Amino acid sequence: MGLKRVVDYNVRVRVKSDGSGVETDGVKMSINPFDEIALEEALRIRERGEAREVVVVSIGPVDAQQQLRTGLAMGADRAILVETNAAIDPLTGARVLLELVNREKPDLVILGKQAIDNDNAQTGQMLAALWQRPQATFASRLVLNGATATVTREVDSGLESLEIDLPAVVTVDLRLNEPRYVKLPDIMKAKKKPLDQIPLASLGITMGPTSAVTVFEPPQQRQKGTMLSDVAGLVSAMKDKGLL
Amino acid sequence: MTRVLVIAEHDGKRLNASAAKCVGCASGFSGAEIHVAVFADDGAAVASEAAGLANVSRVIQVDNPANSHPIAAVLAPQIAFLASSYTHVLGPSTTFGKDLMPRVAALLNVSQVSDIMLVLGSHAFKRPVYAGNAIVTVEAPAGQPVVGTVRMASYRAVENTGNAPIERPSIDVELPQHTRFISLQAGKSDRPDLQTASRVVSGGRALGSSENFAIIYKLADALGAAVGASRAAVDAGYVPNEMQVGQTGKIIAPELYIAVGISGAIQHLTGIKDAGTIVAINKDADAPIFEIADFGLVGDLFKLVPELEQAVKS
Repeated sequence: MGLKRVVDYNVRVRVKSDGSGVETDGVKMSINPFDEIALEEALRIRERGEAREVVVVSIGPVDAQQQLRTGLAMGADRAILVETNAAIDPLTGARVLLELVNREKPDLVILGKQAIDNDNAQTGQMLAALWQRPQATFASRLVLNGATATVTREVDSGLESLEIDLPAVVTVDLRLNEPRYVKLPDIMKAKKKPLDQIPLASLGITMGPTSAVTVFEPPQQRQKGTMLSDVAGLVSAMKDKGLL
Repeated sequence: MTRVLVIAEHDGKRLNASAAKCVGCASGFSGAEIHVAVFADDGAAVASEAAGLANVSRVIQVDNPANSHPIAAVLAPQIAFLASSYTHVLGPSTTFGKDLMPRVAALLNVSQVSDIMLVLGSHAFKRPVYAGNAIVTVEAPAGQPVVGTVRMASYRAVENTGNAPIERPSIDVELPQHTRFISLQAGKSDRPDLQTASRVVSGGRALGSSENFAIIYKLADALGAAVGASRAAVDAGYVPNEMQVGQTGKIIAPELYIAVGISGAIQHLTGIKDAGTIVAINKDADAPIFEIADFGLVGDLFKLVPELEQAVKS
């Protein structure tokens, strides 16, 4: 399962004044929250005896070791860091994951439905396409039945159930589970668990032409409006605006 | 020559309103020829609706029993087959498009431009990142097909003034059997669709229970509005997941949005900041929702909401 190092979800992200990116100096970094839910699900599957091993994978800078160690402390058995300082677009990320999938031969790949930095929501679906295997995105319930899995997906019209053959890619939504807290002794134990570092260049992934992000700008802000004292005031304000 | 293929979302009977917004986005490419593809078991009714959309010059109807439910792994190879005649393939940034389009992009060997909010040129776009806290300009590689999803809150639906011919090409690709539809539990409602409604009333955790949500439904019905909810209200089980408004739920842009008992977490505000007018009713005068609301009312929602409902009715 994949873990991405992202700006912590509690941080109020600000665009740099020169438009080159967002402020990350001294900003708290964490595991992408959706990936934490994905890991929790993988651990529960293993704890039910339906999986033998949980491997956490990240693609990113050396500092992403911190997030992988947190994943190991939560209970993953081992970790792989594909090391690169480059910004990785979703298609390249999917190709890297495919290479690891070919090496590790997992029965299930669980990923967050999106990372909260770029909000792309692409990598899982792309991995499934390249791997030519099923995908079940936005999962709120996952049941394994041997060679297949039943996945409940949160879709715009309600809840959809799919049956997929394994191996497959599942991307998870918020209501799948509530991730466990890491306990201090587990952090100590995690230091002894294996963490392989593989330089991205050594995987021999061909990178196609990728999209370039050229400008960052802050969004338009809404202004604070008028506070009204009662319903009559609200109704007349709405009428003045042609809303009633 | 820019040739855009829009992948239509539908429920087998009716075209989803997202298709007209995707055509709206596609109309932003200068001189584009716009086609709409309908994949269904029997797509005749949906295709004829799509043919009526302004700016559309052709509808591609692909009927196949395998297309009776929108399974990404089944649709993607068919779309990739059609894509060779197009410079752009667009789908809506709804759960349908978010699930499907990256799979199409990977088959075409390109990354996707997610959540397009503005077309700057044939390969240049603006899109939000960091939950809308920053807007980036993205340039997709020149000479490559562009696969994108269209942010619904950024576009208006095109009018129904078109009359495009409908074509039924045969698509000869092998479709996988490894993914099978079991069921869809859809909320039944006579109210307007949340994603496209011009008026929305949403309730938050302060409602306190599923039963108490009745006052939200009553106000919505008096206004002819759709009903939404905050993530906290969905998590608490007051209402089903499809009613969630916010970054991880539905991102909407109604003309009128009334937030009741919603404090205004960033992730909720991200979902509504393109609304025309925002009205907030909350007992906490310091709630962040008031920072972006056009009209605010502080007080007990169980008293104020029925009062507002009566005032709207009279």
